[in-house]
Amino acid sequence: MALEMTGSYDLAVPREEVWRALNDVAVLKRCIPGCEELEKVSDTELKAKVVAKVGPVKATFRGTVTLSDLTPPESYRISGEGEGGVAGFAKGGAVVRLAEIEGGTTLTYEAEAQIGGKLAQLGQRLVAGTAKKLADGFFKDFAAAVGGAPAGASAADAAAEDGGEAAKAG
Amino acid sequence: MTATDASAFSTVTPIGAAVRRKEDHRFLTGKGRYTDDFSRPGQTFAYFLRSPHAHAAIRSIDVSAARAMPGVVDILTGADLAEDKIGDLICGWMIHSKDGSPMKMGSHPALAKGKVRYVGDHVAVVIAESLHQAKDAAAAIAVDYEELPVAAGLATAQEAGAPQLHDIAPRNTAFEWELGDRAATEAAFAKAVRVVSLDLVNNRLAPNAMEPRAAIGEYDAGDEAYTLWTTTQNPHVARLVLSAFVGIAPEHKLRVIAPDVGGGFGSKIFLYAEETVCAWASKRVGRPVKWTAERSESFLSDAHGRDHLTHAELALDAGGRILGFRVHTRANMGAYLSTFASSIPTYLYGTLLSGQYDMPAIYCEVDAVYTNTAPVDAYRGAGRPEATFLVERIMEKAARELGEDPAEFRRKNFITKFPHQTPVILNYDTGDYAASLDKAMQMADIAGFPARKAEAARRGRLRGIGYSAYIEACGLAPSSAVGSLGAGVGLWESAEVRVNPTGNVEVLTGSHSHGQGHETTFAQLVSARLGIPIDQVTIVHGDTDKVQFGMGTYGSRSGAVGMSAIVKALDKVEAKARKIAAYLLEASEGDIEFKDGKFTVAGTDRAVPFAEVALGAYTAHKFPTSEIEPGLKEGAFYDPINFTFPAGCHICEVEVDPETGVTDIVKFTAVDDFGVVINPMIVEGQVHGGIAQGIGQALLEGVTYDSDGQLVTGSYMDYTMPRADDVPRFDVGLTETRCTTNPLGIKGCGEAGAIAAPAAVINAMTDALGTEDVPMPATPATVWRICEAQAAARRAAE
Repeated sequence: MALEMTGSYDLAVPREEVWRALNDVAVLKRCIPGCEELEKVSDTELKAKVVAKVGPVKATFRGTVTLSDLTPPESYRISGEGEGGVAGFAKGGAVVRLAEIEGGTTLTYEAEAQIGGKLAQLGQRLVAGTAKKLADGFFKDFAAAVGGAPAGASAADAAAEDGGEAAKAG
Repeated sequence: MTATDASAFSTVTPIGAAVRRKEDHRFLTGKGRYTDDFSRPGQTFAYFLRSPHAHAAIRSIDVSAARAMPGVVDILTGADLAEDKIGDLICGWMIHSKDGSPMKMGSHPALAKGKVRYVGDHVAVVIAESLHQAKDAAAAIAVDYEELPVAAGLATAQEAGAPQLHDIAPRNTAFEWELGDRAATEAAFAKAVRVVSLDLVNNRLAPNAMEPRAAIGEYDAGDEAYTLWTTTQNPHVARLVLSAFVGIAPEHKLRVIAPDVGGGFGSKIFLYAEETVCAWASKRVGRPVKWTAERSESFLSDAHGRDHLTHAELALDAGGRILGFRVHTRANMGAYLSTFASSIPTYLYGTLLSGQYDMPAIYCEVDAVYTNTAPVDAYRGAGRPEATFLVERIMEKAARELGEDPAEFRRKNFITKFPHQTPVILNYDTGDYAASLDKAMQMADIAGFPARKAEAARRGRLRGIGYSAYIEACGLAPSSAVGSLGAGVGLWESAEVRVNPTGNVEVLTGSHSHGQGHETTFAQLVSARLGIPIDQVTIVHGDTDKVQFGMGTYGSRSGAVGMSAIVKALDKVEAKARKIAAYLLEASEGDIEFKDGKFTVAGTDRAVPFAEVALGAYTAHKFPTSEIEPGLKEGAFYDPINFTFPAGCHICEVEVDPETGVTDIVKFTAVDDFGVVINPMIVEGQVHGGIAQGIGQALLEGVTYDSDGQLVTGSYMDYTMPRADDVPRFDVGLTETRCTTNPLGIKGCGEAGAIAAPAAVINAMTDALGTEDVPMPATPATVWRICEAQAAARRAAE
């Protein structure tokens, strides 16, 4: 099933600093919820191990994270895919944009994700909420990591697609 | 069980008596033994790694890390299957397309070979000392998938450019089948005064037996023989397929035991990957291998039911009589052709399109379509619910378009002369459709409906009434007939009646009981015939080492076919006992009468009870063994000469709350003609269960895959089964026309409710809502949207 999320955060930090943090493996590792390992394979490719729990399904995902469409210090695309073994798979990506504003930077993202296997089978109702929570968690920690508490955060919006009507019966 | 209850079984039980179920003592006291209750010395546990992708190529499977995990005994993949030359799972019913070409059966290995085709497809099996160790190791298997585009939707899978599942089947089409006379049907439409058309979706269902599938495979290296305990409805067919096609072992080296089985509904007819792997792997690992499905695995991998898209047209003359019927159906087969999948949307569907009606011409086309979803096969009713839903929906719609009363429109089109040859193979031997319609209308108080509707309207509720005058073809099936239609097996049944020296009786039957109460009804038959108490009769089934051969239980065949085989064996027992009784009574055989459990010399009071004849048969003191063999044991194979045709009329009355979309079934009336009824209590139970499942399909149940082929109704959080408060009290009645083609006059009752109910419910819903477009399942959300759209349209018009 597919999922789309958007969000925007105002950070009281200059854009260059935010950009550096977005490309800093140590910062990313601290901020990605459940991230146990994140190591650089190249400037644009990382290997990750992430533990995630969606409803009744808990899984360790091993996979790759790729940075692309880099336009420093304005935007990039961060995408990843991981296999969670018997729990299924998850993959997705986000376009992250940084805009200079008075006193800091506005970070906006448009993310899409897909999950499959047991995650989709059992966690379907919980995915949208969980994804929003993970996204919020990442950017909250990220704001803290770049040293500026969020000057203002608009709530992330998450929408699950493809749920199917019968899925919601009863 | 109390002494009073036990005494109920110490009497002779006539046919037609509501004898309480003998087996319930075992089930209600926790003494039933299901496959998972068995444990074998040294047994290991299997866990299947399943594909999370609906369609993917497998680039590699790395099991090295998993193999090193604690407790792992072995990990097997498709490569190991190939190494042991284990064959594919097969579909046992050959269908030919209209161009004469045989159906295109995609390869279906028990463990994937290079490609997975649905979420839940079997990638590898881990065999370990414990289930938890097997699961942990499965999580450590690294599979490198190359994801492929997905063909998840039935509506689009045949389009040019749609992703292809099997190279052998272009356009994902397994076959394009036809039935009936196209030219005659075209001619009928050419002279039609009115044509009624209808597009329908028959929603996909998950079978949801209470007991999930399970298996234990055990290999005895000393005897070089396998035993497989498994949840099957037909152990001999499972053995035959495992032996002749999959190639696990020759039949005489393979014993299949189906102990107590907790529901099947068709889903346990088929031979699946898991059971196959447990048998095969037990030799590879040298230890018993056990597997029991978790409920989430059942949702993923039990064969689903239904899933049709249909366009149909009914041609009518000026008097509202049917001239012709034409149907085009796309039937979802899922990713592979399951064991009997090809027969369901063809010979169990197209042949029923005449319904209870005199239709001069019918033409039906069915495309069987592969999609990246779980395989689809028989589910309670199997093809016949789809046919009934279509026929009864279009009959209702036609009556409304003509402005005729739906009951009277049906009545004037009823078949009234028997035997009746339909244009779609079947020859109905007998029936009285007006009788069941009349009785149902009376029980449902049709006359009082307008007042009830008006009263409901005053409360803001929408009340509707719907009919379903169904017919089914049961008692599967005459062997030569199904053979000519492509079946790979005969559909007779066997029975063996063993009379012990002390006069009690064991009946070995090829039928299999998984909830139907055979241990009672079959014993009731023997009790009535031999005049011995029912507790003197034991029914033995479900073990290929005990019962020589049998075709199992499905298609409401166990009464009509299985019991007929018992009757045939009882005839032989009686004939021999009569000869022996003549010697014991020193009378001529022609003067011996058998009645009330006693052999009597006609016109005298000289008699000998059945038990004494049984003893005499084994002592063999009083008759010449050169003429009569000692012992009293007879077997029979019974092959039906025709299908049986249970039919009836179900009427559903609903009340819809337009504010919430909630539908309340306020009254459900079922009048069925099952021919002769052996045990009315068990028959009523079968009707209740069937209607509940039919209401489930109509209002609640629906398997849903998303466009990526992910199953989003994979648990009871998202797949709704009918609960006690979703179904009403059922008003059940019977009419009887005796089946003319089997010795007991039985037609069968196991599927009627599931066949009849969906159309009755949806006809009532469409009546209440005033629109023909009410999809199944008609959930509160769906109904509420319909009501809201109608309200918006009304507001716009004002």
